[in-house]
Amino acid sequence: MTLNSLLPALLGGALLGLSAVALLLYTGRIAGISGIVASLLSKGSLRGPWQLWFAGGMLLGGSMAVLAGVPLPAVTVPLPIAVIAGVLVGIGSRMANGCTSGHGICGIGRLSLRSIVATTVFMLCAMITATLIH
Amino acid sequence: MNAKLIALLCGVVFGLGMMISGMVNPNNVLGFLTLSASWNPSLAFVMGGALAVFIPAYQWLIKPRVDASKTALTGQPLQLPANKQIDGKLLAGASLFGIGWGVAGICPGPGLTMLISGQPPVWVFFVSMLAAMFAYQRLIEPLSRATKSSA
Repeated sequence: MTLNSLLPALLGGALLGLSAVALLLYTGRIAGISGIVASLLSKGSLRGPWQLWFAGGMLLGGSMAVLAGVPLPAVTVPLPIAVIAGVLVGIGSRMANGCTSGHGICGIGRLSLRSIVATTVFMLCAMITATLIH
Repeated sequence: MNAKLIALLCGVVFGLGMMISGMVNPNNVLGFLTLSASWNPSLAFVMGGALAVFIPAYQWLIKPRVDASKTALTGQPLQLPANKQIDGKLLAGASLFGIGWGVAGICPGPGLTMLISGQPPVWVFFVSMLAAMFAYQRLIEPLSRATKSSA
């Protein structure tokens, strides 16, 4: 591992943290992507449409990065596997009320014990699964 | 500033962070999650970078507001999760989520961001995730609530 490959990881991570802090500080909302995505399913959601703007912003920011020369990686997951993964991630994130961003960044960032436990459990399960399969 | 505009700007920064950090590449994620001789530590640096910003900023800028006015800078309430319970639902949910993440190396943030690539596996992942969330919210959760209250 060279510094050149770890520096973008650190910088990109810092941008994720900055986004989550700014959203919470200015609007009082948690930048949890599974929650944001799930809220788009309930039309007339009492929470209002800020989630739509955040999600749209993510697509815009991703496109800006592509225009600036950041390559789009090829995703070669077989389609049946993509279905299984999507279903598990969808149900799991709703049951646990959060995912990598909500628990992993915002929750741990607030030193929430519930989020620290959730992140530890999903990291361990993901590592065991990935190591057994790949 | 308008809350929707702030949400849009924060979304842009989040999308940029997703791309620059390499979180959008399932090979990076699986390289971290798969314990092997060619282990890839970059995901730890993504989390580390995010927390290095979030933890101190939360303590200095947000925590004092939580303890005092309980409002964000726009005057809206700070909506922090009230649920502190570590129960079977949290553990089961986190386990299912982890297995799903370990299978394909895609979690919701990268799944959403990578829709712009138009690649079928990403869209299939995202639509399956939406369908599962919808089924959980509309069918499973109301059902489990009904069985609990009738018991």
